[in-house]
Amino acid sequence: MGRYLRTVSLAMKSLMLHKLRSGLTMLGIVFGVFSVIAMLAIGEGASNQAQQQVLELGATNIIVVSKKPAEDAPAAGSSGAFILRYGLTRQDYRILSKTLKNRIGGIVPMREIVLDVRHIDRNLSARIVACTPDYMEMNHLKLSTGRFLSDKDIRDRSNVVVLGSETAERLFPTENPIGSTIQVQSRAYRVIGIMQNRTASAAVGGSLTAQDFNKDVYMPLDTFQARLNTGDYIVKRTSGSFSAESVIYNQITLRVLDRNDVIPISESVRETLELTHGAKNDFDVVVPLELLKQADQLRNIFNIVLGSIAGISLLVGGIGIMNIMLATVTERTREIGIRRALGARRWDIIEQFITETVVLSSTGGLIGVLLGLFTPTAFGLIKFVVTTYVMDSGTTSSEMGRMFIGMTPQIAWWSLPIAFGFSVVTGLFFGVYPARAAARLDPIEALRQV
Amino acid sequence: MLTARLINLHKHYDLGSFVVKALNGVSLDIPEGDFLAIMGSSGSGKSTLLNLLGGLDRPTSGQYILCGQDVAQMTDDELSAIRNSRIGFIFQSFNLIPQYTVVENIQVPFHYRPGYPPISPLDEARSIELAEQVGLGDRLDHRPFQLSGGQQQRVAIARALVNDPAIIMADEPTGNLDSQTSIEIMRILKKLNAEGRTIIMVTHEDEIAEQAKRQIHMKDGLIAGEGIFRG
Ligand SMILES: Nc1ncnc2c1ncn2[C@@H]1O[C@H](COP(=O)(O)OP(=O)(O)OP(=O)(O)O)[C@@H](O)[C@H]1O
Ligand SMILES: [Mg+2]
Repeated sequence: MGRYLRTVSLAMKSLMLHKLRSGLTMLGIVFGVFSVIAMLAIGEGASNQAQQQVLELGATNIIVVSKKPAEDAPAAGSSGAFILRYGLTRQDYRILSKTLKNRIGGIVPMREIVLDVRHIDRNLSARIVACTPDYMEMNHLKLSTGRFLSDKDIRDRSNVVVLGSETAERLFPTENPIGSTIQVQSRAYRVIGIMQNRTASAAVGGSLTAQDFNKDVYMPLDTFQARLNTGDYIVKRTSGSFSAESVIYNQITLRVLDRNDVIPISESVRETLELTHGAKNDFDVVVPLELLKQADQLRNIFNIVLGSIAGISLLVGGIGIMNIMLATVTERTREIGIRRALGARRWDIIEQFITETVVLSSTGGLIGVLLGLFTPTAFGLIKFVVTTYVMDSGTTSSEMGRMFIGMTPQIAWWSLPIAFGFSVVTGLFFGVYPARAAARLDPIEALRQV
Repeated sequence: MLTARLINLHKHYDLGSFVVKALNGVSLDIPEGDFLAIMGSSGSGKSTLLNLLGGLDRPTSGQYILCGQDVAQMTDDELSAIRNSRIGFIFQSFNLIPQYTVVENIQVPFHYRPGYPPISPLDEARSIELAEQVGLGDRLDHRPFQLSGGQQQRVAIARALVNDPAIIMADEPTGNLDSQTSIEIMRILKKLNAEGRTIIMVTHEDEIAEQAKRQIHMKDGLIAGEGIFRG
């Protein structure tokens, strides 16, 4: 043990002789190790973000969404009234509730539409979500003040609404919204609750893009159907022509009791609905748990791809070390001759040069690990610069932009010893050749060198 | 008791187009406690002979018995061990390790002792004592480039002695030094010989060679004669 310590301290002495050169050589490894850690941290952060979003959708949820059938879409510019009926119906809801009664913990139908909402002179386009009380819990939403919709609200078709945090803030910048009224299609609704702020969750696919719950207005389902959705269809005006769509529910969300049941139940949901919908192809079954598995796979892909890119820079660093060590061996031929004359065995010389290489690479590795710990800080800085100087409002609200802004690199703790280990192995690997070249020198030839 | 015996030793360098016969059949006995000066003109094979004697090189043919063992039978590691413990080298160009201090240079042979024993306080004391003996007690932490030629050569002598070798090999130890310093170095070598060590020294200066017990003259890879030839 003492002997190896001695070898290491002698190696340091030799490396300290050329501080600049040793430092520059080390730099390759420093950045190699740093980029391994940084890349894995970014990959980890991205996949955590994706997983978080999926978990917010609910890992035990099955979301059935209505989908506008593509082949039935009216041709653009066609005139005249035309009603397109598609999607989930009350019958679907009844059948699903009945057949799955014992295996699910809840089922929530939901109807959504974007409408103007008003409070005095403030106007805002918001997503009206007509739902039942379970909607809040199923979507992991949290109440800030007041209360959410109740069963009584549903029964009574009360004219009440609960506001998403952003809607509340924009309609009521100064007053307390609770008890005030808002207008939707010139009818008044009393505000009974405000939701907490919630980051946008992943796109559910089908009709929905990324769900931004903060801009929602929640309304009892039966109220919606009684007051807004006369005849179950909604008229849309699109560039001069009228088209009407009839959708009863945009989503039916089911919460499964046992996680292991999620996939089989999702299959039976699909089969059940296909019986009535046939080939209409107007619904989708989204299973967040499957998205979770995809997110897991995504993480692995990220780790492998980013890790290998970073590994290449480590390799380049290793080649840099080998290059310098070969030059060092040539330069120190005479020293090698002296040591051999004084009794050093070939193995002693190999040991000396490998130790020097490994000391160099592992010191670089250590610095790289320390730098790697600052990945989140560095990324935050980059994020700040990019969001202030590069991105405009368009890119900020795009899917990519949102992902970038929402992401925080997360250092994978296992990557620290691995990255450091790689730096040691790189030193060992690239040190062998120069060390052997040094040991192969004939003592007399080596001494003859000037 | 013989320290070294050479029987018809040849050393040839095959340069492809022709062969350089650096040693061409040298036979020589070196008894224990000898002080031998090897003389001769440049290119006569003095250094080649000394390197063979020191186990730094192997002969092309012939037999070399060092400390009772046939060098041809020894592995590279065994030969290294002999160089480490039995032989002390002093070179014309000092050959100190530039990144090490005086003490560290003196201690280099410690690192390669068979079995790698740690450097004990006793070893530490010995290296400092040797530095003092060669008059460098106040320069222990100097590096070679901070020393004069004579001082560097004295570090080399201390280094050659640190493992208490029975044989000292010196290739023109005074070749790079002025006459005053040469006299100093020779005094140290004579003292070492008086302590019972065998000394083999290459030189082309008569005044230096005179101080040895015995002189041999090399010519074209052969021993041309023994004794002092003036002029
Ligand atoms: N590695 C080698 N390759 C080829 N020839 C060599 C080699 N080493 C020595 N020689 C040749 O062997 C001969 C003897 O060389 P050596 O160094 O022993 O001479 P020397 O007597 O020590 O001379 P000097 O007094 O100049 O040091 C010379 O002709 C030299 O050119
Ligand atoms: Mg010579």
